[in-house]
Amino acid sequence: MKRTVRRAFPLFVLPTLVAFIVGFIIPFVMGVYLSFHKFTVVTNTKFVGFGNYVKMMGDQSFVHSLWYTVLFTIVSVITINVFAFIIALFLCKVFKGAKLFRTIFFMPNLIGGIVLGYIWQIILNGILAHWNITLQYDAKYGFWGLIILMNWQQIGYMMIIYIAGIMSVPTELLESAMIDGAGSFERLKSVVIPILRPSITICTFLTLTNGFKLFDQNLALTGGEPAKSSEMLALNIYNTFYGRVGWQGVGQAKAVIFTIIVAAIAFIQLYATRSKEEQM
Amino acid sequence: MKKKLVSVLLCGAMAMTMFAGCGMKSSSGSGSSAAKSSKSGKVYYLNFKPEAEEAWQDLAKKYTKETGTEVKVVTAASGTYEQQLTSEMAKSDAPTLFQVNGPVGLNNWKDYCDDMSGSELYKHMKKGTESFTLTDGDKVMGIAYAIETYGIIYNKTLFDKYTKTSGAVVKSADEINSFDTLKKVADDIQSKKSDLGIDGAFSVAGMDGSSDWRFKTHLANLPIYYEYQKEGETSTEAIKGEYLDQYKQIWDLYITDSTCDPKLLSSKTIDDANGEFSTGKAVFYQNGTWAVGDVAGDGKLKEDELGMLPIYIGAEGEENQGLCTGSENYWCVNTKASDADKQATYDFLNWVVTSDAGRDALANTMGFVTPFDTFTGDYETKNPLVKIANEYVANGKTPVSWNFATIPSEEWKNNLGSALTSYAAGTGDWKAVTKAFVDGWATEYAATHE
Repeated sequence: MKRTVRRAFPLFVLPTLVAFIVGFIIPFVMGVYLSFHKFTVVTNTKFVGFGNYVKMMGDQSFVHSLWYTVLFTIVSVITINVFAFIIALFLCKVFKGAKLFRTIFFMPNLIGGIVLGYIWQIILNGILAHWNITLQYDAKYGFWGLIILMNWQQIGYMMIIYIAGIMSVPTELLESAMIDGAGSFERLKSVVIPILRPSITICTFLTLTNGFKLFDQNLALTGGEPAKSSEMLALNIYNTFYGRVGWQGVGQAKAVIFTIIVAAIAFIQLYATRSKEEQM
Repeated sequence: MKKKLVSVLLCGAMAMTMFAGCGMKSSSGSGSSAAKSSKSGKVYYLNFKPEAEEAWQDLAKKYTKETGTEVKVVTAASGTYEQQLTSEMAKSDAPTLFQVNGPVGLNNWKDYCDDMSGSELYKHMKKGTESFTLTDGDKVMGIAYAIETYGIIYNKTLFDKYTKTSGAVVKSADEINSFDTLKKVADDIQSKKSDLGIDGAFSVAGMDGSSDWRFKTHLANLPIYYEYQKEGETSTEAIKGEYLDQYKQIWDLYITDSTCDPKLLSSKTIDDANGEFSTGKAVFYQNGTWAVGDVAGDGKLKEDELGMLPIYIGAEGEENQGLCTGSENYWCVNTKASDADKQATYDFLNWVVTSDAGRDALANTMGFVTPFDTFTGDYETKNPLVKIANEYVANGKTPVSWNFATIPSEEWKNNLGSALTSYAAGTGDWKAVTKAFVDGWATEYAATHE
């Protein structure tokens, strides 16, 4: 049985492999190629060596958006996961309407980023109007606005993953821990969370990469205003690409660096949390 | 098992997001298959104006019916034309007809523009409309097909009401021929706003992305225009900002004598401004001939209630200044297309400006003013604001040309817009605006020319 499956291995891998090559490998190789060129249309390019990378280094807005993105990602990973976990714990208790609440919490995730961005822009501007200011007044409003938005959107999704994890904790384990005299906090700390490690891995991975790649919501909520100070990496790349004639290559160079950063962080994070899983 | 289920779900969700969000409107002329007309050449027009999408599809169908030539029209979503054009041009079946927005756009697409000087379309251009072409040396790279005009639109009914109040500064809007008078009138209207039943003299100067082009591009044209006039230039590597004090005056006026607290401008949209003006809550509104449909019609103002003033900023000799007239829509033929396709495209363009169907669509359905000699009689525009613009020219006023097309990059406009918003909100000073204007020009020029 096992051998038959093993022989069919290429058949199973093929669709994913093709999708991966078409959807990732080819664009990435092309992207790296283009980042060394000056171009308007991708089929008509001129080699410029590291020129685009040199220009990129001289662009202060890129460095600013990099740090802004890092800060945003740290805050959003923490808040989203903490809240999602708390809500998941709560909704795992059996009470009337728990399932309804799960559905409701999950729903924001089904709305597209641009739409969400505009909706929250209206809501937050409506609130800020009390103090006669707007989201674009200062970068900090844009920052916290985006944090609120992302929390609202992603908590439900992460919550579902945590709920699935919590449900899979064997009741015998919890019972025996209780008999051994573990309080509810100790049970959570020493039984539930260790078993939840896989869920934690996937949730931090998702929120981390989502934070780094964030584009739609950023574009819709503040558009980088005031003066690019709330511009995140992806938006910065987009603006570089279309903001100046002849700077498409620089945008491409930024995109290559961006991919490397995101991939590196994701790998490090996966490696770190996975190794903890194995300790168990 | 649960874990597996989760991962399957996750994969599914990821796959979904990959496919979501890439939709693009496209349809080709009916009754034509690619195979049938492959010999005679095809036309593929990448249209810039979403509001004219239907009219173009219609025209394409009619032309295919008449001649059998396949015409495909694709319209880019609002604000994504450059993006769309960039990706379409990379395809083997690239657009044969596309648009650029002026000299800076031409700079980007020069390698793709055919010399149109021998075309029938060019021969149909009226005398004196040479400025509505884009040239590179002797070559005609682009031909404008829609000429537009902007200024300060005003509500005649409200203005008449104002002139009858006691101590009104002017008896008629014709008396406004300088910034000083405009400011006096606007200040006076602002102070009498409750008597007049309005919220402010000027409709809100929204700095949201839907509206900020009115100030970072159109209003910025005036200081650029006057500097070019003074220096005898048509474009420059480095702007001096000689008329920035005047730019400040007019911007101050817009945000002070307004319906809205200047701190809130960043969230105000073009719809806010349209709404206020079309319901009679503001007297003045800086916009152009294209905005007629937004401010006049059912439940809005009547067409004969609309007047238009030049944008006076306080420059010397502005008594003779007219409205700002120019074009941002130039047709270009893709020089990399096959000869058959190019010929088909030229034939199609010629048909558009000479046939009844084409002229009707351009002049009446889309409401454009064109520089072509074939648009006479029934095909002259009915747009009330265009008529006003023509009167200014007939009265000997000098139209202000659209020099914003020489702005070095989008980046420059965006930075200027941010600086204007911050200045209005009080979080930035005017120095930042000057810096974005003058230093930004040099930086952006250097960044895009090397």
